Amino acid sequence: MWRYMGRKLLVYALTFAVAVTINWMIPRFMPGDPVRSMLNRGSISDPGALERMTAYYEEVFGLDAPLHEQYLNFWSGLLRGDLGISVMLYPEPVVDVILRAVPYTLALLIPAIVLSWIVGNRFGAFAARSKVLDNSILPIGYVLTATPYMWLALLMAWSLGIVAGIFPTAGGHSYALTPGMNAEFLASLVTHWFLPFLSMFVVALGGWAIGMRNMIIYELEADYATYLRTLGAPRKLVRRYAYRNALLPQITGLAVQLGTIITGALLTEIVFNYPGLGTLVLDSLNNRDFFLLQGVFLFVVIGVLVANFVIDLVYVFIDPRTRVQMTGASS
Amino acid sequence: MSLRVNGLKVHYRTLRGDVQALDGVTFSLGDGEIMGLVGESGCGKSTLGKSLIRLDHRMHHIAGSIELNGRDVPIGDDAAMVPLRYHEISLIPQYAMSALNPTRRIGRMIDELLRSRGVRPADRADELRRRLELVGLGTDVLRRFPIELSGGMKQRVVMVVSTLLDPSLLIADEVTSALDVSTQRSVAESLVEFRDRGHVGSMVFVTHDVALVHQFADTIMVMYAGHVAEKGPAADVVSDPRHPYTQMLLSALPEAGEDTGERLRGIPGTPPGLLDPPTGCRFRDRCPMAFDKCAERPPLVETAPGHWSACWKTEGH
Repeated sequence: MWRYMGRKLLVYALTFAVAVTINWMIPRFMPGDPVRSMLNRGSISDPGALERMTAYYEEVFGLDAPLHEQYLNFWSGLLRGDLGISVMLYPEPVVDVILRAVPYTLALLIPAIVLSWIVGNRFGAFAARSKVLDNSILPIGYVLTATPYMWLALLMAWSLGIVAGIFPTAGGHSYALTPGMNAEFLASLVTHWFLPFLSMFVVALGGWAIGMRNMIIYELEADYATYLRTLGAPRKLVRRYAYRNALLPQITGLAVQLGTIITGALLTEIVFNYPGLGTLVLDSLNNRDFFLLQGVFLFVVIGVLVANFVIDLVYVFIDPRTRVQMTGASS
Repeated sequence: MSLRVNGLKVHYRTLRGDVQALDGVTFSLGDGEIMGLVGESGCGKSTLGKSLIRLDHRMHHIAGSIELNGRDVPIGDDAAMVPLRYHEISLIPQYAMSALNPTRRIGRMIDELLRSRGVRPADRADELRRRLELVGLGTDVLRRFPIELSGGMKQRVVMVVSTLLDPSLLIADEVTSALDVSTQRSVAESLVEFRDRGHVGSMVFVTHDVALVHQFADTIMVMYAGHVAEKGPAADVVSDPRHPYTQMLLSALPEAGEDTGERLRGIPGTPPGLLDPPTGCRFRDRCPMAFDKCAERPPLVETAPGHWSACWKTEGH
């Protein structure tokens, strides 16, 4: 058990190191100089002043050191929780900017992922029950997964937000309010949250439902299900077993999907102008704020790794076959 | 007589038409009789085994009746069959290695199965333990997952599970096919033991291993292309086969330890397709003794007490 965990952790640590390195490399080897572009906004005409300011900012951002030192500095800063200073929102530290955006993204992602997974699985299992349901519910799932996300989100924003006027279509909360723990502000948070959440939920739902429907049909044809039916076990028992076993690949699917779901969140946040990590990515790209971009990517990497690790752990508890592999017993 | 099958016809419905897998099968089985059911692949022996307990969705009951202990077995009616399944008729499936739910501990799976059949698990717990010991398994297998057992162990677990409610009729479908020779023997011996102790009534043992089945079965029934070719006491069928197919089948078997220098003879040709089978005797095209009359289907007649054969050339016709 512990050997298995140790091995898993080692793999995750390696992945993390590689991801951080790539993350560090990209802005530095990308064309475009962040300091120059920041100074350009000031339209400084005196070349002497420009040179001094460039030198000053390069020191602030740590760009004057040789590359290998920059790399080591990056790691030591990372371990101290220091990701540098944002160019776009100078002189705010990157960590502060990110921590402000993270709650919005998590509040959007976690309910959308978890609820669409649960509801989609139930839906799919339900659809597999009869020909009629299979032929009516499933096509809806296909349409939902095949719909381009942005189009669906815009359609929702337009119909529920602009035409019906029920929900606001942009922002994380009403700008007329000061953030605080009062009912009015919380209500504003929820109404602003609802549309981005709903669009993510609906799009993911179809995929889970289709996956579950296919898996459960396969499980219902499996030998153990046939054996139970031959011994006269009621449908209820057979279905319960099949559902549980069909969930296993769906859990793997969830782990695989997590990475892409984060890009999904990026689109959602941009469409609804929601102040999460996705909007931050777009803004920092537009402003050539590589330090902020780097920090956001780091957060995404950590998020994906943590989610995958949690799913690895979950698997140990729900699938006895993983446990057997862990102890190294021969099957 | 515990089991009586009369003119049973079961077809597989396919897009190209009906595959006549069982075409008028008639036989009976006495109390406590172990019948070996042999034949080539595709002769309908597994179909017959399945037909006695549960038709899958491709199988259709066309005609014929089955009677178990004087009661009709409504095999065409899935819902009406449920009370009989497991309690009266049970099956050890061909796929015993994968018959257990991989994500449930075996003990829990058995409890849930029993409860779903209206049996209190506690009532059968002692019996379950005793029978596991009888087949050489400890009770600790109940706490294990199927993946933690070897193939032979899974096979024995399934054997115990299938017979736990003391069915009057047990169908053992190719239970020895995936096992090595010594395990085959012990599985067969356990089944005989189960019969002797009254855990099961009569038994249909589907196999293609004539050499194995004649050692412990009471009777042997040979099937060919959906028809019964011959049925009789095991020793008689092997030593004095009446049907030309049985004779050729037996001459195709090697005998251990003997080297007569002769080459084994196979049966030339292949069995007919059952989508559109020939009329009359289905062995006709491969039979060296075939003559004009074989265009008509030979009835199954008793040539000696308890020994039945369906061939125009056997005496009694």
